[in-house]
Order: sequence, then structure tokens, then C-alpha cells
Amino acid sequence: MMEYTIKELKNWNEKIEKIINEKGLNCYPQEFEVCNYEDMICYEAYVGMPSHYPHWSFGKAYEKKKTLYSYNLEGLPYEMVINSDPCIAYLMKENTLLLQILTIAHVYGHNDFFKNNRLFKVGTNAKRTVEKFKNHGDRIREYIKDPTIGYQRVERILNAAHGIRYQINRVIGSKEMSNEDIKKMLIDKYNKKIKKADTKEKREKIKYPNLNKIPLEPSEDIMEFLINYSDLEDWEKDILDIVREETKYFIPQIETKIMNEGWASFWHYKILNELNLPQELHLEFLNRHNQVIKPFMGGINPYYIGFKLFENIEKRYGIKKIFEVRKLERDQSFIRKYLTEDLCMEMNLFEYSKKGRNYLIEEISDKEGWKKIRNTLANSVGMGAIPIIKVTEVKNNTRTLILEHVYDGRELELTYAYETLKYICILWGSKVELKTIIDEEEKILVCSEDKKIVIK
Amino acid sequence: MTIFREFDSKGRDRSAEDRRRHRELIEDSIKKNIGDIIAEESIIGKSKKKKIKIPIKGIKEYKFIYGKNKPGVGSGDGSEKRGDKIGKEKINKGKEQAGNNEGEDIYETEITMEELIDYLFEDLDLPFMERKKFNEIESEKKFKRLGYQKKGIKPRLAKKRSLIEKIKRKKASNRGKDDEDEEERFPFKEDDLRYHHLRTDVKRESNAVVICIMDTSGSMNMTKKYLARSFYFLLYQFVKRKYLNVEVVFVSHSTTAKEVNEDDFFHKGQSGGTYISSGYNLALDIIEDRYNPSIWNVYAFHCSDGDNWREDNQKAVKSAKILCETCNLFGYGQINTGGYRPSSSIRSEFSSKVKYPNFSVATISGKEDIIPALKKLLSKEKELME
Repeated sequence: MMEYTIKELKNWNEKIEKIINEKGLNCYPQEFEVCNYEDMICYEAYVGMPSHYPHWSFGKAYEKKKTLYSYNLEGLPYEMVINSDPCIAYLMKENTLLLQILTIAHVYGHNDFFKNNRLFKVGTNAKRTVEKFKNHGDRIREYIKDPTIGYQRVERILNAAHGIRYQINRVIGSKEMSNEDIKKMLIDKYNKKIKKADTKEKREKIKYPNLNKIPLEPSEDIMEFLINYSDLEDWEKDILDIVREETKYFIPQIETKIMNEGWASFWHYKILNELNLPQELHLEFLNRHNQVIKPFMGGINPYYIGFKLFENIEKRYGIKKIFEVRKLERDQSFIRKYLTEDLCMEMNLFEYSKKGRNYLIEEISDKEGWKKIRNTLANSVGMGAIPIIKVTEVKNNTRTLILEHVYDGRELELTYAYETLKYICILWGSKVELKTIIDEEEKILVCSEDKKIVIK
Repeated sequence: MTIFREFDSKGRDRSAEDRRRHRELIEDSIKKNIGDIIAEESIIGKSKKKKIKIPIKGIKEYKFIYGKNKPGVGSGDGSEKRGDKIGKEKINKGKEQAGNNEGEDIYETEITMEELIDYLFEDLDLPFMERKKFNEIESEKKFKRLGYQKKGIKPRLAKKRSLIEKIKRKKASNRGKDDEDEEERFPFKEDDLRYHHLRTDVKRESNAVVICIMDTSGSMNMTKKYLARSFYFLLYQFVKRKYLNVEVVFVSHSTTAKEVNEDDFFHKGQSGGTYISSGYNLALDIIEDRYNPSIWNVYAFHCSDGDNWREDNQKAVKSAKILCETCNLFGYGQINTGGYRPSSSIRSEFSSKVKYPNFSVATISGKEDIIPALKKLLSKEKELME
């Protein structure tokens, strides 16, 4: 069935590795696993980790992918790469020989990116990836097996935890401050203000910080807050911790989707052009490559944008520069710094928004419009696509948890917000309130202890 | 050193358990929406095997996401101009705005009416009820075919089978011969003939009639009828499960009653006042004429908004009592929707004055009340059996 042998793949791989070393890519040791179509879908559903803990959402992901593929609504995945050391990649057996060669080259691009990009270096521990997922899976399976806990209670907590999995600290590499640190910082701030105030009146206006407040400072890490301050049982907090750890592992990938795919596409293109492919394979390569980096009309193809940007940076600043960019940036800064007027025009980027029931084009890439388009795109990529919700305080008398949506002009989708509040309510155990803005008016969504929602 | 290996799952299906659980959650979601689904279906004449498509909202994974007012960026072909319309929000008629940019997961599942009802009754948690407690007549009309036999009577000749036997014999007798003479006649022999082997089945035939009585006076609007219809539909399905032969009678009434067909029952309104007793009396007449309670199991149910004219209350209670004595089960469903509540309702009259173990009163204010009301009615039957 395979139109190639493993031996052939190994030969091509050797040639590819040679080019990689010449070009200065710096990769983890690489492991390829050749698997069939169904195993591939399964790997995709379980984020590449077969030892992952069980949850119905992975079953759903599997069914959804399979449906999309079988109706041809989505292209089959050629590969899947794991940020681990050694780097693990899955190749789909059904691929043609050319696709395997292209994919192998592409995988090395990701591998290098994982190893060198700042977010991955600081935010993840590639050596321990596989072990960590296995450990998480084992812990959750143990809770399921525990007769005093069982599947349903585990599922209940997982459902809720998945609902707020992205509500964690999103700045990678920021120092995690202990409560003592924060207290000290608040007092220092107070002292500085007092020093600055030159009259007694002004001094009286400055309040001494409330050092018993929970949390001391508003925090976007709702997961961590619940682990520290809720009345959940230890095993429940452990589940929150597992989900939080896993999300932390994925944030660098979310934050660099465009760069990562752009980088890998940039390299597979360069490498395959240097492989001296037989003419037939070369034609297939050009064809496939063009499919991969084809713009999505009305949408964003990360492969396309990323590829174009890296190509442009190389042209303008030389090859050394792109290595620096892949090391330091994430999608937001990448786009802000390197998406130029010319590129916007070349890619015909436009901005749209909803007016009434219609989606209308707001801006097009010309002299006036391109900057706004660039900024909108930069703000909506990566974690920018996920609303920031902060825990601001716990009301002493009622234990009501007060949350605040950090509004930037984008409103929350309310049906989703209601259900997510219910999840938080399950974990917190008392009333939860969320301040937000709807139609330019301040509103409070209240979720009572018995999970009824009202808007005030 | 780069490693290549071939993966072999050895037939192990990693995702099987999570998929099973996901499907289970979908089934739960079907059950929860069942009231919605059946309200759309016509009561009679639908084959059990008919497949209906029901859209099931996928089991959503809720999280905080941005709504529709967020701006987006896309690639174009250069022909775009400011103000161009590029798309329209999808509107789900009547319902809350559906959809978001996350993409709604809608699974369209095809299930048969029978499966749907199975889900429902599984949910109702009814014990298996034996038929014997109900009225039955023995009939020998049922025949069961049990293969073939060599002896038999003419009307039971199995022609196809006999022909097969003849062909078999012909083939066997031609074996070994060099040339087959096509012209040669090859008649049937006694031995070729096969007859159907029948067994007369002493079948207990059980008959039931569902009498749907509905107030179609001016105050019963479409919403109320819609609720009544869903209720009748389920009751009919339930009765159909237990009896071989089920008939349905529709009686609509205002101040006078008449028997109508299904379509008129649900779609034709009458104006004027309400005498509930008129509907009950007509139902009793129909039972006497056509559905002798010693042969028929009678289920009667009446839906009204309770707005009976006061001078009729007395009569209505009296007729209700007779219905209780005549029917297996008799139920009254008061449909309250919206703010208007009649000052004196027949419901309280019934509750205080009609005390029969096979009588049930339910209040239906919305489709979520239908299944509990049915449950209540059917639990009466369960009690009666015990």
C-alpha cells in the first residue's frame, strides 16, 4: 500500500538533515512514527499524547475530525509534531512519497522553532513533556478508579476546568509573585505616594493598602486563584492543576501559530528546492506547497501569512535576521513589527465587522487602512483571541466572587459566558458575579449558588 | 540519530471509551429535547420506521469567547472596497440567535420514530407492563408460517418453492447426460409440490382506543393546542406500545361537541363559550356505540384551559366520574400559558370532587411540563397494576 519504503524515507531524511545543518537550524533529536489515517486522527484528538487523560471532549474531537475529513471539509493532516525532546512527529502512511519528504522537511522547521523560540524555552520543559502527560493521565485515571471519587465526579470537575482553562496567567516568563512579594510591593507603592504628597490633605487621601484582601491584586489566573482559595477537595484541586499545567504547555503554541507554521513552511520550501528532486516529484512539490500556503479568502491562513512575512524579512534584512526573529517574537509582535504596508497590499488584507446583520468591509489595505488592519490582526492572534477575565475580590460577608472582564471593545458572547460562569460557580461553591460591557453599558452577570443567571 | 518507526496500534482503539461517553451525552441531549421534537410530528399515520432528522446541538465546550461584534481580518483578491457586504448572519427562525464564530457543532442524527419513543420511555422509567391485566379477546385469526411441508391443501401451495424443487430434480436427472434436450417436457411431479406449513396462532388480541378531547373554544390559542397535541401524541405512542390494535378518536368541543378528524382537531378553532360536559358526553356516546369497554381498553384525555362556564361545572364533574368508571385511564390537563388565569377553574373542581385511582390532573404551562404530566398519568396505571 505504501508507495515508498522506510529505507527510502531514511535516505531522503539524511539529505534533508545535511541541508538543515548547513543552514544552521538547531534541532532536538528527531523521531518519526509512520501511522495510518485513523491513528493520525486519534493522535490529533489527543493532542499527540496517547497517554493523555480521558475525557469525552477528545471523543468529540475525534468524531468531528473524522466527519470533516470524510466530507472533505478539511484537508487531511500530513503530519503532527510534538514539542518534546526528542521531538516526536507522526507521518501519515497514506501520504505520497513527495508528501513525506515535504513533511519531514517541514517537521524540522517546527523542531527548530520549539527548541529556540523564547516562549518555548521559557514556558515549557521539552525534556519532560511525554513524562508529564503520562503522569497527568495516570493521576486522573487513579481518581476515576478510586471508589470514593469515580468517573462522574472527575468528569464534572474536568468539564468545569476545561471551561476556564485559558483563564490563566498568559504572560510567559513573568515572575510569579508570592503573596508576601505582593504585600511588600503594595506597601512600597503606598510609601512612595506618601512621600510624593506634599500637603497633609493629599496624604490623608492616600489609603493604606488592605493587606487582607483576597486576592491582593486583581489576577487573570482564575485557575490558580481557585486552587488557592476555593473549598475544593485536594483531588479536585489537583485536577485543576493538571489542566492548568497542560494549558501552560500549549500557550507558546497558541501564541506562535503563524510564526511556527510560517517558519516550517519557509524551510520546507528552501530545503526541497535544494534537494534536486526528480522532475516529477519537483512538480508535485510545487503543487503541494502552493496548496499549503494558499490564502483563505475572507480568512487567515497562518501558513500563508507566516511564510510571506519570513520571506519578506529575509529579503529585507538577510538570513541572519530571521533566526533572531524566530527566537524573540511571538505572533502579536511579529505582525506588529514585520507586517508592512506593501505586504498588506500584496496579500489584499481587509478588515470586516458586523453591522446589523451584515458583515461589512471596514478597511482595505491602502495608505489609510493598512495600519488599522495590521493592529486588528495583531490584537486578535494567539491569546489575543481569548477574553481576559480578572478575579478582583471576594465579598467578605457573602463569599461572592467578583470577576471583571477587561473590555477592549470586544464583547463577550453571552450564551457562552453564562455557561462558563456556571462552571466557575461549581468550582467556587458560591455566587459569582462578572462585570462586563454590553452595548456600551456596564452590566453585571450574576450566577447564583443554584446556577441561575441574571443580568443587572 | 533520527529514528523512523512504523506504528501499529494492534487494533487497540484509544478513543473508543471517550467516543462512547460523548455519544451517551448526545443521547441525553436528545432526551432532553424530546418535547421539542415530537411537538413537530403529526400524530397518526406515521410509520414507526420513518426516519426523522433531528438536529442535535453538539455538546458544547463552553468557555469565555468574544461575541459577534469583534472585528476580523481576512485575505481578499484585491477587488474589495470599503462598505462591501461580505456575508450575513445566519438566523435561526424564532429561536435565540444561534451560532458564533467558533462554529456551531450541529450533528444531524437520523433516528426512527421508534427509537425516539424508546428514548422517551426509557426515561419515563416505566416497568414492563403485562397485557393480561387488560381486556383481551382471544382470536384465532393470526397465522404463522413455519416453513414447508410435502402434504397440504391447494390454497396453501407454495408455488415458488415447488418450482425450485422441480428445477433441482431436473438438474439432478440431467447430470451426466451429454446434451440437454431443451424441447423435452419436464412436468411437475407430486413429489415436487410443497405446501406452506401454517400454525394457527391463538393470539390475544388487545384493542385500545385513545379518545382525545379538546376544548377548542376561543380561548384555546395555537400555543395551547400545540402543547395539547404533543401530549396526545405521546399518549398515543404509549398506548400503541401496549396494544395491537389502537384507534384514535378526536372530540372537539366548545359549548357543543363533535367528532372531527385530526387535521380539524388541531387546526380549526371555534368561537364561543365552553361546556366541558358536552365533550365528555359525546365521548361517552362514542364509547357506547363503538368501543365496548369489555373489549376495548379506553384511554381518554382532555385538554382545556380550564375556562369552563360556571353553570356547566356540576355536569362536567358528573360526566368526568362516569368517564373514570368507563375508562382505563382518564386524565385532565389544564393548559396555562401566558398571564391569563380563569378565576374559577374546573381544575380545582376536579381535584376536590373526582376521586378515582385512575384519574389524573396535570397542569401544563410549557413543553417542559408535557413529559411530567404524561408520567403522572401513566403512574396511575402503574399503581393500578400493583
